[in-house]
Amino acid sequence: MSKTFSKNDFKLISETKLGTRPIHRGYAMRSLYVNVGTREVKDKPVSEAMKKHFVGGKGFGLRLLWDGTKASTKWNDPENEIVIAMGPVCGNTNYPGSGKSLVVSLSPMTGVPIDSNVGGYFGPYLKFGGWDALELQGKSDREVIVYIDSNEGLVQLYEAPADIEQDTHLLAEQLTHAFAKDEKDLQSVAVVSAGRGADHSPMGLLNFSLYDKRRQGVRVKQAGRGGIGTVLRDKKIRAVVGRFAGVSQNLNDAADPAAVQRVGLKLHREIIVNDDKQCKMRRQGTAHLMEVMNDYDLLPTKNHKYGQDPRGPEIASWVWEKLFSQKLPDGCWFGCTMACAHAVDHFELKTGPYKGTKVCVDGPEYETAAGVGSNLYVYDPHGILELNFYCDTYGIDTISFGTMTGFLMECWEHGILNKERTDGIDLSWGNWEGAAQILHDMADGKRFGVLAGKGVKYLAEYFAKEYGADAQFMKDIALHGKGLEQSEYISKESLAQQGGYYLTNKGPQHDEAWLIFMDMVNNRIPSFENKAEALHYFPMFRTWFGLQGLCKLPWNDVEPADNAKWPEPNKVPEHVDNYRELYTAITGEPLDWPGLIRMSEKVYNFQRVFNVRQGGGQRKDDYPPYRAMGPVLEDEYVARGERYDKQMKEKIGIDPAGKSVAEKVKITREFRLKQYDSLIDAVFKRRGWTSDGCPTPEHLKELEMDFPEVLAVVNDRIAGKA
Amino acid sequence: MIKYLKLYDDKCVGCMTCTATCSRLYAKVDDPAKSRIQVLPAGSGRFHLVACDQECRKCVAECPVQAITVNGQGVVMINKNLCVGCLACVAVCPIDAMRFFPAESVPFKCVACSACVKTCPKDALEIAEKADSPQSREYLELAAAVQQGGRK
Repeated sequence: MSKTFSKNDFKLISETKLGTRPIHRGYAMRSLYVNVGTREVKDKPVSEAMKKHFVGGKGFGLRLLWDGTKASTKWNDPENEIVIAMGPVCGNTNYPGSGKSLVVSLSPMTGVPIDSNVGGYFGPYLKFGGWDALELQGKSDREVIVYIDSNEGLVQLYEAPADIEQDTHLLAEQLTHAFAKDEKDLQSVAVVSAGRGADHSPMGLLNFSLYDKRRQGVRVKQAGRGGIGTVLRDKKIRAVVGRFAGVSQNLNDAADPAAVQRVGLKLHREIIVNDDKQCKMRRQGTAHLMEVMNDYDLLPTKNHKYGQDPRGPEIASWVWEKLFSQKLPDGCWFGCTMACAHAVDHFELKTGPYKGTKVCVDGPEYETAAGVGSNLYVYDPHGILELNFYCDTYGIDTISFGTMTGFLMECWEHGILNKERTDGIDLSWGNWEGAAQILHDMADGKRFGVLAGKGVKYLAEYFAKEYGADAQFMKDIALHGKGLEQSEYISKESLAQQGGYYLTNKGPQHDEAWLIFMDMVNNRIPSFENKAEALHYFPMFRTWFGLQGLCKLPWNDVEPADNAKWPEPNKVPEHVDNYRELYTAITGEPLDWPGLIRMSEKVYNFQRVFNVRQGGGQRKDDYPPYRAMGPVLEDEYVARGERYDKQMKEKIGIDPAGKSVAEKVKITREFRLKQYDSLIDAVFKRRGWTSDGCPTPEHLKELEMDFPEVLAVVNDRIAGKA
Repeated sequence: MIKYLKLYDDKCVGCMTCTATCSRLYAKVDDPAKSRIQVLPAGSGRFHLVACDQECRKCVAECPVQAITVNGQGVVMINKNLCVGCLACVAVCPIDAMRFFPAESVPFKCVACSACVKTCPKDALEIAEKADSPQSREYLELAAAVQQGGRK
């Protein structure tokens, strides 16, 4: 049991009374600015123009981040910001999945803006105080706790005591108790924190807490991608604590609250009836995907070399369902009947500083079970849970960690790494204890974990330079785009998904487009133009969730029973209509389907220009490593030899008979690289970008995003000046 | 034991006295849409009465803020101060006994108060008791199992 604190134990540095502000139709029309370096705390108005062009959530985040930083800003400059923004729909308690916060920052991994969405109570609580977004800027000279009381409209900065815990599972618990007025108030407190791992690795994440009354303890959801936790720690922010008591229906002051109820209840009912027959999110969460992906040869296995393994069923959904201890609905925001936030209680740790203690492990979700499970050839559920727990509490992204460790294990297999180079850690496939030791090293800031934690982009170059590894091989198997590790689906047999991963603004994350079934399994988008259309529509459509403060899972992880009878069932048209209705019911603004896409397109293009401003956003930044595109190695080719030989004959027009495997690998590679180039051409054209990937001034004008500062960036790029 | 409102469809004549009593008592209006008991026409002059059986407790399990609990008499109660109005309880109720009125934030249900029993002219309603069933215990057992996971 760690030490108990009261907030009076913390030294108050500053206090600013800004007052609360009522929300009207989803917006408070102000944002909160906190500079932990200068201690400046103030409100900023949100203009009608900002609302019109950037909508909310990620859109607001990107606009504020753009204004707060410069083209030359690096992730660890004081002016870099962490912006947490919610969106107009966020915080309603009726429509499942309405509690998301969107976090943006200049990423330590990519140097360009990252956006990451997260559940937990912090975002909605912040909004209920009357703020549409929170900007954190500056660097503190001492460890600080930022406290925002949404009932009082009060912002306080405290000095974090030296003996407060640093890892989230203890720190969030301490802070929840310190800032709650009494026992009944515990659920009113929400904590944003990282952990010791984020102090020493660019892949640090933010944990967003929720107090679980049934468990009488704090649980966490993660803004995992792109190293925002590392930025938090670089600013010497120990935690951001929010408090709001009195959540009730319609704090958004919806234009038509009855319509919000109606559309929400409709989806609640659909989930209650259909979920058990469809995705079983209520019982298994996203872990329901494990056997599906293994069956379809899509579950990353051994650093994405393979897509399945006979051992797959050892970590299938039914295994997790048995381990998840709460057989009651378990959501990350009130009113989400999809309730996919499962957890394993009473889990006894076998390694690390908390060895022997029993903890609650949030998850695993699919990405984690795949990333630190099959991808590392770990089929021991205990190992996966232990890695999941330590990643979370140390503030490390499980996706980046899983992909990075898979890379290291493959390097071990090829003799590039050995115990001398890993400070004694055995990185044989399946050795989760070795992976755990890397994590403990990352937390301690010592030994091999510090090097490992730099991420695969760095490691690939380092191993080639320092250990004489083959530079091309290193490049091929280091699964990252722009410096961000790829998430956990095998993309090599789906050209569209390669685009879905790598033609993204932030790097290869599956939240923009997931086209594998459409493309590879169902062959619905055969031509480059079809693929380009999908790579326009889905990223735009999915961006919209991030503008609203919505979770994407209730969009297509449950479907109306008659979904298949509608044209384009992949888009789940009835649910799109729900979203249109929900948006209008809350904001009072009319919306149609093309209008919804246009909203996203404005922000998406702005984000692309933001990348350009920071020196990215070029065609060359959008290529996958070859492991994501096809077989790198001969045995990798042989494992799917029949498929590849068939493709060679039918698609490439070359008879594989009599060719050596090495020749066939080469022919396949040349063909696939060319295919990807043609895909880029088609997608950039569809998106209204130059062949180098820069939004054209004409396209920006058409989107009414041709602000002078935006045009200046694209004109410079197109003229070859930047 | 579970205290509940026992319903006799065969005695109901559809006079709506019960709904009037209930909605007046709890919502200060005579409006069947605000009554905790419902009288539904079942054709051929017959009626079907709907009110919470206090037994399935799916709403208790579903409530994300534990605003719905079971009191000492086995009656399922909603704490209005805790309720966030999500209506998950309405969705999960298998007999539509958990109700809400559009744009009003807190749902409502029968709490076996007996007001309607007293005014029913046909003895179609009765406050009765029944034993706990495996179903009625399920939620409490699950909740207890999770409580052991409390970290204090």
